[in-house]
Amino acid sequence: MSIFINKDSKVIVQGITGGEGSKHTARMLHAGTNVVGGVNARKAGTSVTHGEKTLPVYGTVKEAIAETGADVSIVFVPPAFTKDAVVEAIEAEIGLVVVITEGVPVQDSAEFWALAQSKKDADGNQITRIIGPNCPGIITPGESLVGITPANITGKGGVGLVSKSGTLTYQMMYELRDLGFSTAIGIGGDPVIGTTHIDALAAFEADPDTKAIVMIGEIGGDAEERAAEFIKNNVTKPVVGYVAGFTAPEGKTMGHAGAIVSGSAGTAQAKKEALEAAGVKVGKTPSETAHLLREVYPEHEEPSNL
Amino acid sequence: MDLYEYQARDLFEAHAVPVLAGIVAYTPEEAKAAAEKIGGVVVVKAQVKVGGRGKAGGVKVAKTPDEAFEYATNILGMDIKGHTVNKVMIAQGADIAEEYYFSVLLDRANRNYLAMCSVEGGMEIEQLAVERPDALAKIAVDPAVGIDQAKADEIVAAAGFAEELRGKVAETIVKLWDVFIKEDATLVEVNPLVKTGAGDIVALDGKVSIDENAAFRHPEHAELEDKDAADPLEAKAKELDLNYVKLDGQVGIIGNGAGLVMSTLDVVAYAGENHGNVKPANFLDIGGGASAEVMANGLDIILNDKQVKSVFVNVFGGITACDAVANGIVKALEILGDKATKPLVVRLDGNSVEEGRRILRDAKHPLVTLAAGMDEGADKAAELANA
Repeated sequence: MSIFINKDSKVIVQGITGGEGSKHTARMLHAGTNVVGGVNARKAGTSVTHGEKTLPVYGTVKEAIAETGADVSIVFVPPAFTKDAVVEAIEAEIGLVVVITEGVPVQDSAEFWALAQSKKDADGNQITRIIGPNCPGIITPGESLVGITPANITGKGGVGLVSKSGTLTYQMMYELRDLGFSTAIGIGGDPVIGTTHIDALAAFEADPDTKAIVMIGEIGGDAEERAAEFIKNNVTKPVVGYVAGFTAPEGKTMGHAGAIVSGSAGTAQAKKEALEAAGVKVGKTPSETAHLLREVYPEHEEPSNL
Repeated sequence: MDLYEYQARDLFEAHAVPVLAGIVAYTPEEAKAAAEKIGGVVVVKAQVKVGGRGKAGGVKVAKTPDEAFEYATNILGMDIKGHTVNKVMIAQGADIAEEYYFSVLLDRANRNYLAMCSVEGGMEIEQLAVERPDALAKIAVDPAVGIDQAKADEIVAAAGFAEELRGKVAETIVKLWDVFIKEDATLVEVNPLVKTGAGDIVALDGKVSIDENAAFRHPEHAELEDKDAADPLEAKAKELDLNYVKLDGQVGIIGNGAGLVMSTLDVVAYAGENHGNVKPANFLDIGGGASAEVMANGLDIILNDKQVKSVFVNVFGGITACDAVANGIVKALEILGDKATKPLVVRLDGNSVEEGRRILRDAKHPLVTLAAGMDEGADKAAELANA
């Protein structure tokens, strides 16, 4: 098991013919992802070839879904076109859209999030899950990669990871490479994102293959504080945390659009305290966080199959 | 990016929000000329991106152009909470009958917008929210709809405006929403929004933050950037398209990915506790494509920081392979030649790490030390900065 994606996920790539889209389509295929096609309105009817695999290019997401049965889309289009691409995926009622693009105007994200929220199925559940924007995507090692995370850091295992940062995700997967991961998800560093820490924590709690969870946060907003509250009331599995940005000055954006301490709000210290108050041990460094995870990790686990 | 009051005023005017005359001045002479042009009583207001300027003596009422000259002379150059005043706004004097509050901002937690409005303006909104929470109406705004007439009516009613004022205030709020949405703002705040003696509604003091990610559809926003006040190294880094923030420390930092770089700063600060309390000197994220040129530009900026005593390069090779980063470092040191004078600690892990480390070992550059891990590298860099 895993969360949000698995070996059966059928993936289309919006922006498959562009530089980034093309490069990462090849990498995703290499990682075992079942990529079934791509979308580019101006190149509809053509195809792209990566190694043995030839993938059809469709004019619209709707058409791609109809032809391939795709249930996941990944977006690699420039910021100016990202809103339209995500809106198209939502209108086509795809189950999951992963938005890698960095630099999306926050009003665009707020707008496509509002649209996604308004589309509910018969049971009242939101039809389209969004991951990102400005994120490395999601990987279920050995099964599927929908993103840009290196697939060779580690294999399948019992650790679930949710993080605002890409390279810190890689760092933590590397630190815990002997344990392996059920799913690692980078939710992105923008002020408005689709899937949150809480969504991922709830999914990991429900996933039988996830034995313990690492939650990585950073300065800005109060998502970590809200996640701490959620953990206290809803998560029974062991969770350890890490927060980046203790040394960040007030009022400066630290790389990620959402990583900013405003006045006394959004500090790393406040996040750490909130997590610790919820019983989550928080590491001072990534290596200490990995060490804390090992302490709470259930024994007698099967080794990673890397 | 936060704007100055006069820039917010100009954006308001451009979107037909009622404002009074206001002219920015950089010298006492300009201030006098502006006061003459506006005529009558004016207010000389320090332009700084920090609150509390009134208490600091940065706002003065001038009855004549000569007084405006005198006040501007005093206010220009003044230090307000660490911000030097480089310009003042000469604002037309207002006949204030009542003061209100309005703002609309991005609500990160709820992933929508939040409008706040009160008939009790003038004081700091944080103070109002704590002392008189019932007096502050908070209304969620759906990004799919925005603030239309109906929403504006709802806001003014919730804020408790008298019937006869609601129409006029709602009209202004719809225009302020125009500023928010058309300028890609994350905050539009008016405090105070006033009713004048004549019964007109006027936005007297405004605060606007705009989303830099939206710069591609607002080329005109480039002019709003405050190039004078920027740190010279930050300004140079921006020209080179580097994601750099100057800090006050001795260990220069280069890394890839915002989260990892922030984490590197923290780890260096902890390591510094054992080495004379040295601290990180900067944030610099070289991103995914760490080419030799990007590495050289980054190193050049950091080595130009006179406080820097050592540099820690911390890269986890994801998409960027470590061999490319190592080649980038070697070539960057070649490009910099004699300008590279400070020790470099390099930690590489991830994609093609063995090849990357081999390249650095073979290069045998006297300034470069290889570290086996992030903690070890941070410790070594802190030690070298304290030597």
